[in-house]
Amino acid sequence: MSKVLMKGNEVIGEAAIKAGCRYFFGYPITPQSELPEYLSRRLPEIGGVYLQAESEVAAINMVYGAAATGVRVMTSSSSPGISLKQEGISYIAGSELPCIIVNIMRGGPGLGGIQPSQSDYFQATRGGGHGDYYLIVLAPASVQEIADLVKKGFDLAEKYRNPVMILGDGMLGQMMEPVDFGVETSGDSFDKSWATTGKNGRKKSNIVNSLYLKPEELEVHNRELEKKYLEIKSKETMAESYLTKDAEIVVAAYGMTARIAKSAVDMAREEGIRAGVFRPITLWPYPEKELNAATVSAKGVLTVEMSLGQMVEDVKLSLNGRLPVEFYGRVGGMVPTARAIFEEIKRMSEKFGGVK
Amino acid sequence: MAVVFDRPKSLTDAKFHYCPGCHHGIIHRLVAEVLDELGLQDRTVGIAPVGCAVFAYDYFDVDCIEAAHGRAPAVATGVKRTRPDTIVFSYQGDGDLASIGMAEIVHAAARSENITVIFVNNAIYGMTGGQMAPTTLIGQKTTTSPLGRKSELTGYPIKVCELLATLPGATYLARTSVHDPKNVRQTKEAIKKAFQLQVEGKGFSLVEVLSACPTNWHMKPVQALDFIKNDMMNYFPLGQFKSPEEAK
Repeated sequence: MSKVLMKGNEVIGEAAIKAGCRYFFGYPITPQSELPEYLSRRLPEIGGVYLQAESEVAAINMVYGAAATGVRVMTSSSSPGISLKQEGISYIAGSELPCIIVNIMRGGPGLGGIQPSQSDYFQATRGGGHGDYYLIVLAPASVQEIADLVKKGFDLAEKYRNPVMILGDGMLGQMMEPVDFGVETSGDSFDKSWATTGKNGRKKSNIVNSLYLKPEELEVHNRELEKKYLEIKSKETMAESYLTKDAEIVVAAYGMTARIAKSAVDMAREEGIRAGVFRPITLWPYPEKELNAATVSAKGVLTVEMSLGQMVEDVKLSLNGRLPVEFYGRVGGMVPTARAIFEEIKRMSEKFGGVK
Repeated sequence: MAVVFDRPKSLTDAKFHYCPGCHHGIIHRLVAEVLDELGLQDRTVGIAPVGCAVFAYDYFDVDCIEAAHGRAPAVATGVKRTRPDTIVFSYQGDGDLASIGMAEIVHAAARSENITVIFVNNAIYGMTGGQMAPTTLIGQKTTTSPLGRKSELTGYPIKVCELLATLPGATYLARTSVHDPKNVRQTKEAIKKAFQLQVEGKGFSLVEVLSACPTNWHMKPVQALDFIKNDMMNYFPLGQFKSPEEAK
């Protein structure tokens, strides 16, 4: 298929369709409304269902019901709306159902603002709702990568029967780039014998549930989940390393911030500073090994985020004291400039590297 | 020996955990009898609530989904919209449906979701131990209205059928009771009609069943029947509040 020029938010919708998703339940919120708008046009054309729910709470519970029937289903929102969805997300994780939840982040806390932000990292990577669970969190940095990760996300969700979050920011959702959707896929090859679609001659009824009143039983369930999370951690990490091989200063950043960081690194290289970028693509599981491999020559790591410093904790945990880690962030919807990141790289290079 | 009375196929052989004099058992049985009689067991998906009927999935021998408190109509919507051939019902109590789940039930009715809602109104939170519900009567004592419910503090009990009847999307709304055999039969008829309408694709149906909670009302089961008859039915009149003929 040839490339088409599309907006990030719309690409999420089209990529979901190309992955066999025919059901979307959502509620409008800036800056992701182009996605539900797009699907409200597209899904009826192909025999799918777009339904605008009465709230984010209802939307995620519709997703829960739909996912329980074994279909590919998606919802999307932005930060305050994602907070409302946490109840349902916890039930979906506890009941081990597959789905995709999109968070196009805006500034917070509270009503915050509508400009791009990365301040929901903690919420996304630490489960977000109540209970011991994890979402698989994918962070695209381009419109093409949105298309690739939405498709991969549906497969991961079904492979592990676990909710997947696509975590982007308002900038990524709003920008246009060329995209190739590749071949169409579906969830047909995955086992759906657990789905609640009516017994249809089955002897035993299927039950989708997260209630285990006996502590002995809940512990067994929690341990089963743990086993799954450990498997995901060992198999599914993804990251990109840019000019890190000889880099003394490695900038750790994800999503759009990583793209800006690449420009900053190019500026540094022109000045003779050996710098590189480490970009995690999976935020959970965090690519610990990949980060350590990308920093073998490093003297220091600079984490850059559009937050007060959230992913920096995972960077520190991954490096486990091996290297000094510093942080630079912009917040409230302000975006770090390549120049500002470059200045930070230069400062750190003088402090830790000292080699020109 | 000839069998004259048996368990409906749509119920499992699990023993109900309900208290003596509680009406959930009767209402479960009525739903199961209707599913059997209409031949729907194999294509039914039940949505269990949070509340005393939380284990409904252990009792109904149909595919079931356990919903979060109040969200059953949204979960039911997710099932019905993706699998229109299934028969979907939610089974909800008064705290679940008329308090925390008010938005979900109103909008499911407004959209005329083609689902059936069994709404068990016993004017109290049973599972959590007898707290005030949105349908608790004025003057009724509960653990969180120890001196009796006062309208100055907590307003008035919500009449769900009357409220939903204002929505064009609601197809069939009826309030019944199970305090005596005649009313049990009428409740079954209403439940049957509600499921039949879903089979015909007619849209949203809800049967509100007045039901006893002797444990949390602190009454003997027989006294509790009188409370339904004399007190609850006085405030929550029985009847049909919307028929398919008047709908839209």
